[in-house]
Amino acid sequence: MIACAVIGIGVFGPGLPDWSAARQALSGSAPYVRADNAAPASGLLPAAERRRATPSTRIALTAAQQALTHAGLDATKVPAVFGSSSGNPDIIHDICAMLAAGDYQISPTKFHNSVHNAASGYYSIAVASHRAVTSLCAFDGTAPAALLEAAVQAGAAQTPVLMVCYDMPYPFPLSEARPTIDAWALALVLAPAAFEPAVARLTLIDGAGQEAADTALTDIALESIRLGNPTARMLPLFAALAQPSVREVVLRQGNGRPLRVTVAPC
Amino acid sequence: MTFESVAVSAHTATTAVGRGQGALLDALRTRRGGLKRYQARQDFASDSEGPALATWIGEVEGLQSITLPQQWSRYDCRNNRLAWLGLHQDDFVAQARAAVARYGAARVAVIIGTSTSGIAHAEGAYRARDSQGRLPESFSYSTTLNNFSAPALVAHAIGASGPTFAISTACSSSAKVFAAAARLMQARWIDAAIVGGVDSLCLTTLCGFSALDLLSPHPCRPFDRARSGISIGEGAGFALLEARAQAPAYLLGAGESSDAHHMSTPHPEGLGARLAMSGALASAGLTPDAVDYVNLHGTATRSNDPAEGRAVAGVFGSTASSSTKGWFGHLLGAAGIVESIVALLALEHGMLPGTLNTTDPDPDCPNAVLLDNEARDIDVVLSNSFGFGGSNCSVVFGRENRRPNVS
Repeated sequence: MIACAVIGIGVFGPGLPDWSAARQALSGSAPYVRADNAAPASGLLPAAERRRATPSTRIALTAAQQALTHAGLDATKVPAVFGSSSGNPDIIHDICAMLAAGDYQISPTKFHNSVHNAASGYYSIAVASHRAVTSLCAFDGTAPAALLEAAVQAGAAQTPVLMVCYDMPYPFPLSEARPTIDAWALALVLAPAAFEPAVARLTLIDGAGQEAADTALTDIALESIRLGNPTARMLPLFAALAQPSVREVVLRQGNGRPLRVTVAPC
Repeated sequence: MTFESVAVSAHTATTAVGRGQGALLDALRTRRGGLKRYQARQDFASDSEGPALATWIGEVEGLQSITLPQQWSRYDCRNNRLAWLGLHQDDFVAQARAAVARYGAARVAVIIGTSTSGIAHAEGAYRARDSQGRLPESFSYSTTLNNFSAPALVAHAIGASGPTFAISTACSSSAKVFAAAARLMQARWIDAAIVGGVDSLCLTTLCGFSALDLLSPHPCRPFDRARSGISIGEGAGFALLEARAQAPAYLLGAGESSDAHHMSTPHPEGLGARLAMSGALASAGLTPDAVDYVNLHGTATRSNDPAEGRAVAGVFGSTASSSTKGWFGHLLGAAGIVESIVALLALEHGMLPGTLNTTDPDPDCPNAVLLDNEARDIDVVLSNSFGFGGSNCSVVFGRENRRPNVS
């Protein structure tokens, strides 16, 4: 069992450009209406990096900035855990297509943007943080893996930790091999369990030996997004954060094992 | 945070110098390198003319004849063949399975570092697109290209069901696996972990590093005045970590940091590197003079080596240090684990490897670079791994269990 506090929340998805919009849709007090968001303002990035950053990096940094602002924290004091199933899908496609066409002149920017930790690298440059930043992947279980790693870090280092998950669709033809719905980024700032002030307190329990279905969303459109985007698989946790009462959420880890999260609002 | 020591109960590495740690130790001792000249139509892109690159590579021989068991055939790609081959050396699978039997499957994590996973397989699938531009029916995304494929395959092979994920922070990936596993043990979430790293040759990294003008036309010469860039290699390494066990060596600490400087160029004074090394020492409760040997990241590019050299000299003064990339090349996402295993072999066998191919140390690199091997009993070693995105990680190993996990 691991306990931690939630002290900041960030959301960037189609029609839900921030936590206050997402909170209404996820609590059921307003219907979810899918809408294209304006390209995220990558306010964290200096001009040179803004030109080079990919869409994945921009959505990740948008959610990160919201969560840090919500927590009222100086980013240079906070380690960060980034999670993404696909990383930079457009760059992977571009490189594979170029190589297949016999064009071997990959630009340096394209190459450094191809690494899975591009978003976390741009992030540390943008906020000038020398703190530990990691980047992990567990396919459809990426978000619970990032949540667990961030909660463990918050407990181990007794410090707030930023967690950012982000995933967006691959271009054709990889889109057929790995269909992904929309571009989503979700961020939390987690802190040691007794941290004040907090939005909610979480308890993470390994679902060992227990058969439990992962928690679904009641809104049909959001539920199909949950099943269609690895980052959105964490939306039930955000739905619980939007509720005034204690909830338990079951998230499915990469190996299929349930991770049970109790969410107690403060 | 006071870091609780973690037993390193078993380890194995497979690179261009051979399969398993016996081959690695023998190659280090006899100074037999495994790099060879790159030619077009290598095994990893045999259906492609490929780029004309004047460089050297560290290829693991025989991967084309590795077959995965029928039930895991969807994982078949060069990267997972290499993972499979590497996992099955040195009786590692039996030792890992024994840990699963000891602690229960759910108490054993699988954390694997990789930078490019099965991208060579995706490159081939793009070459084989049909007239509508579709990938071949047989292309299986989740079990090849996705970074999770190698950890999933390893977890299947071992029978572990604790937290299973990939860390992908470019060339620091499989050093950070040690830090992540130690945290999960300290949080009492797990009792043991299989950590590792695997990365395989592909056109993406060869062409990418070529575009950055970082490929050496010679076998790489780390810290040499005449160094001219990296030699890309491929490799797989694994270690069995246990929270509470007796072992020949222990993970004593780990330090992670960010350069916050540039996506593909290190901080010139090695600021992030210095923070990672001092963080590793602080977590281990050690002073710099306790460290007997530093295995350098030492990529042999013009800019990386002086930055790391300044950082190492700043932290450790004249402590012996060497880069072993001249033997097997830069293993990218597998560099951290394989070079940690080199450091563990140095500790366990009293043999400090020198720096292969290097004859004329660059005075711009002020650290004490060991050129020749040295036989000496040592107690504590540190291994550095630094990657794109300014991601740095240093890990410390020792022979003594300094801060046991007592729960």
